[in-house]
Amino acid sequence: MIIIAIIILLVIFSVVFSFMSPWGFVPIAADWSEIDMLLDATLVITGVVFAAVALFMAYALYKYRNRAGHRAEFEPENKRLELILTAATSIGIIAMLAPGLVVWNKYITVPDDAETIEVIGQQWSWAFRLPGEDGRLGAVTTQDIYETPFGLSAVDLAAYDDILIDDNEIHLLLGQPVKMVLRSIDVLHDFYVPQFRAKMDLVPGIVTYFWVTPTRTGTFEIICAELCGVGHSEMRGYVVVEEEGAYNEWLAEQETYAELAAKEHIDSVEYANNSE
Amino acid sequence: MVSTNIDDSEVGSHGPQSFLTKYVWSQDHKVIAIQYMGTATAIGLVALVLSWFMRLQIGFPDTFDFIDSSSYYQYVTMHGMIMVIYLLTAFFLGGFGNYLIPLMIGARDMVFPYLNMLSYWFYLLSVIILASSFFVPGGATGAGWTLYPPQSILEGTPGSDWGIILMLVSLIVFIIAFTMGGLNYVITVLQARTEGMTMMRMPLTIWGIFVATIMGLLAFPALFVGGIMLMFDKVLGTSFFIPAIVSMGESLEYGGGSPLLFQHLFWFFGHPEVYIVALPGFGIVSDLISIHARKNIFGYRQMVWAIVVIGALSFIVWAHHMYVSGMNPYFGFFFAVTTLIIALPTAIKVYNWVLTLWRGNIHFTLPMLFAIAFIFTFVVGGLTGLFLGNVVVDVPLSDTYFVVAHFHMVMGVAPVLVVFGAIYHWYPKATGRMMNQAMGHIHFWVTFIGTYAIFFPMHFLGFIGMPRRYFSFEGLEFIPESAYTLNAAISIAAFIVGAAQMVFLFNLFWSIRHGKPANGNPWRATSLEWQTPQTPPVHGNWGASLPVVHRWAYDYSLPGVEADFVPQNVPITEGETNEQ
Repeated sequence: MIIIAIIILLVIFSVVFSFMSPWGFVPIAADWSEIDMLLDATLVITGVVFAAVALFMAYALYKYRNRAGHRAEFEPENKRLELILTAATSIGIIAMLAPGLVVWNKYITVPDDAETIEVIGQQWSWAFRLPGEDGRLGAVTTQDIYETPFGLSAVDLAAYDDILIDDNEIHLLLGQPVKMVLRSIDVLHDFYVPQFRAKMDLVPGIVTYFWVTPTRTGTFEIICAELCGVGHSEMRGYVVVEEEGAYNEWLAEQETYAELAAKEHIDSVEYANNSE
Repeated sequence: MVSTNIDDSEVGSHGPQSFLTKYVWSQDHKVIAIQYMGTATAIGLVALVLSWFMRLQIGFPDTFDFIDSSSYYQYVTMHGMIMVIYLLTAFFLGGFGNYLIPLMIGARDMVFPYLNMLSYWFYLLSVIILASSFFVPGGATGAGWTLYPPQSILEGTPGSDWGIILMLVSLIVFIIAFTMGGLNYVITVLQARTEGMTMMRMPLTIWGIFVATIMGLLAFPALFVGGIMLMFDKVLGTSFFIPAIVSMGESLEYGGGSPLLFQHLFWFFGHPEVYIVALPGFGIVSDLISIHARKNIFGYRQMVWAIVVIGALSFIVWAHHMYVSGMNPYFGFFFAVTTLIIALPTAIKVYNWVLTLWRGNIHFTLPMLFAIAFIFTFVVGGLTGLFLGNVVVDVPLSDTYFVVAHFHMVMGVAPVLVVFGAIYHWYPKATGRMMNQAMGHIHFWVTFIGTYAIFFPMHFLGFIGMPRRYFSFEGLEFIPESAYTLNAAISIAAFIVGAAQMVFLFNLFWSIRHGKPANGNPWRATSLEWQTPQTPPVHGNWGASLPVVHRWAYDYSLPGVEADFVPQNVPITEGETNEQ
């Protein structure tokens, strides 16, 4: 009998907790409010089913508890009831799945006006690369990572205007869709900004992607969400979402591969001169 | 009809003579079952302690010097792997499978007793290899139980020298052990059923174990090849899973491999594995509910089909673990659809359990309490699966504490509640005594409410976006201060729940001598294991002649029959209105 009270209490606790808990989504900062809506809808649907099943079970436990003179009924099957329950469940599942697939289609379809940003993950830091004026990312090879910055190819002309950001902080323009192109040079990582809702693994050997439109200015934390070794929980960075003016100012400060290479060349000439 | 005319005159001479052959090198399925259960419990206790260590770090960061980032990831990895493979799989199939299959289908033993014995000793070997990895240089692997390459075999991950090799060797030995046992269970069910025990008269416990074992035989080979290839990559320098990469400031000699290939192999095994643990639990719970509610299981045929359909579908849903893995994004459509389809037969099972209670005569025995707690927990865990299965909803939740909460509810706590319920239920058959009620109730209440206190709030940490497998959350601004308080509370609940298991273990041993003596059928159950001539059953189980089955296992409260149960081996009488 206590079990009946406990089940009812746990259902009440769970429902109240869901509404009152201080722990929920962090305020969204990207154009993925559909994901939040789907999540909320799923929470409501599953919450109702949970409460209904648990409370019905509690009622059955009370009503048909063992007592003097009580006997169970023999009831092997009830085709009609089984059919109704199967149909109702199917409808509930389709109601959740169909909009989910529509939003997934949006999640994997990058809009044409999206700007590209490459994210490079390594144990245990982030770096970024913008394609520069030509809009193309230059070719890279992981093995050359210690020869040229980011492993850029010295013979691919598209590489020289690439903007290299060897830092854990990337800036994004407010309202501008961006395609995050993801690359890892060592193990699996996962680029995750909780306020963006979106995430995707970085897989060595292949290039993965997701896209996002920042909808709110501010500084948000980047965390790694795929176990990548002892430093996993320290692999952090920042995205700064800014208005156009501030963004352009930041962009102007970043160096292209050509500028970096020129500087390195000057350094090496100076070094050679000094040592003479 | 399968013929089971074993020449009974020989049975006596096969009985083991010495202590060694009776209890150590035993070929008796009941002894092997206990050996499996004992070993699984022992290594499971290690995993329990590891979970305490993890909770110490999460609840009270920077308080305990012996936990650093490396050891934390080793605890995470070993806890997961032990619980899933070496405890749950071994307990349900090696333990309950061994004990119950011959008894419930009316056989004298497994069809290959010697292979059965070997299966246990290989399992023990795999456990010893696994445990030894704690003591090698570098310690056990800390790659996460998923062992994803390249990380799992590279510096930068704890245990990447010896720990990972021992883990892979142990898994390979385990799979060999499982294959020997598994073939035995399947063939025994197919070939050794006693006269009258048709497939559609088998108790659902046997259906669950039977289908789970077939799934294991089909799923474990994927892990086997994945494990061997990973070992080659580690030891021989092949590149099955490793592309051209750098590690710790050095270009490595690998090239051309695919990390995603390993993930596909792993989850081709890993997802069926969830149901390998769940299906025996489903079956056992069906029987516990029916017996202790004195009512036939509702929709038996539908329940059998649900088990078979779940088993089949579970082989085409694996990549729902990989929605954000970087695989072809169009896979998401297919796997979301199959995943949500599997919710249907699963939901039907839940309905039928509850409808079995409806119009029953419910006795609140310990097995029944655990079965009810299972349904409650499983409903929560099953429903949260609808978030994670629905591809785009998984995106924000993937790799967060929501996932941790979900799989602990659905394949951690729920199956463990079944294991406990089943032990309280079959203990009198195995020992001839009941387990102590008072200790059992303490164990039940703390475990049921305590595990809910641990894992229900954890979902909300996932909503915040708290990532799993994090040694330290220090400095993360998006996590509110209150989340740390919640984590401390969860940790305390975890310590209490863990401590309650000691009460259970004590009860297990105490009741062997001091428990209330039980007769051969204390629950007044219909299935064959309760109809053995001796309790505990002796070698050969059935004495001179095998039982003959006349009915299904669910003739409870039959109209026109005074007793509220009719055992399977009682012939159908005139005037009995039995639809089955």
